[in-house]
Amino acid sequence: MRRDIFQAIADPTRRAIISFIVTEPMTPNTLADQFDISRQAVSKHIRILDECGLISTTLMGRERYYLARTKKLKAVDDWIEPFRKLWEDKYESLDHVLKQLKSK
Amino acid sequence: METTKNLEFIKDVVNKKIIVIRHFDAPVDHVWRAWTESELLDQWWAPKPWKAETKSIDLRAGGSWLYAMVGPDNEKHSCRVDYKSVDAPKSFSGDDYFCDENFKKNAEMPTMHWRVDFQSVEETTKVTVTITFDKVEDIETITKMGFQEGFTAALGNLDELLLEEANK
Repeated sequence: MRRDIFQAIADPTRRAIISFIVTEPMTPNTLADQFDISRQAVSKHIRILDECGLISTTLMGRERYYLARTKKLKAVDDWIEPFRKLWEDKYESLDHVLKQLKSK
Repeated sequence: METTKNLEFIKDVVNKKIIVIRHFDAPVDHVWRAWTESELLDQWWAPKPWKAETKSIDLRAGGSWLYAMVGPDNEKHSCRVDYKSVDAPKSFSGDDYFCDENFKKNAEMPTMHWRVDFQSVEETTKVTVTITFDKVEDIETITKMGFQEGFTAALGNLDELLLEEANK
């Protein structure tokens, strides 16, 4: 199965997991408490996120903490860059159209 | 007014949304016309060197804009926008998708849900485009397409240039 950033965020539960651990580290239990689905289901999603390289795990005392790897998320940002370029070009053409309208 | 030309591009990938904000140095009625009249749309809608060619436009909720993206080698992609709401000159929304030559939806291609808001700011107009996708992968597909088209076109221009050079 495909394991990359797009696979990771294709699922709504996984997106929600990321949004929880993007700001603060959470233990598997605290994280599972945020969802109505079973702990097993949550940990399955965590495993996928981990396989996609989106989660880093830290041990603090006896507790495990998960934190989102924001660098990986940034890869999506970079990916969308051509889309931004597309809009810049399109809007430059629109500027021309508007200039012509004005001079009429 | 160069400062008004900065593109604000918000990528909310987690919520499958892209928001594009830009100010235009023109009154709102001009900007509205450029977004809704086919003769004007055809002049800017397609990313260069593609051209948009309108077949028909019916600007009202339930109406559609049928158009084709025509490439530099005259290859055509049919597209349509189904308008869901139209509130001139403030906003409109609709679904944009690729079609077969009979303007039936190409099921393999993603739909983009558009909402465009026009706001008059002194002599300029602020345009906010919100594009929502059904799936995160759709953003990937659309981005790849735009990128590929641009790239293919650039290669086409290169071919032309090389041919010119060869004929010198």
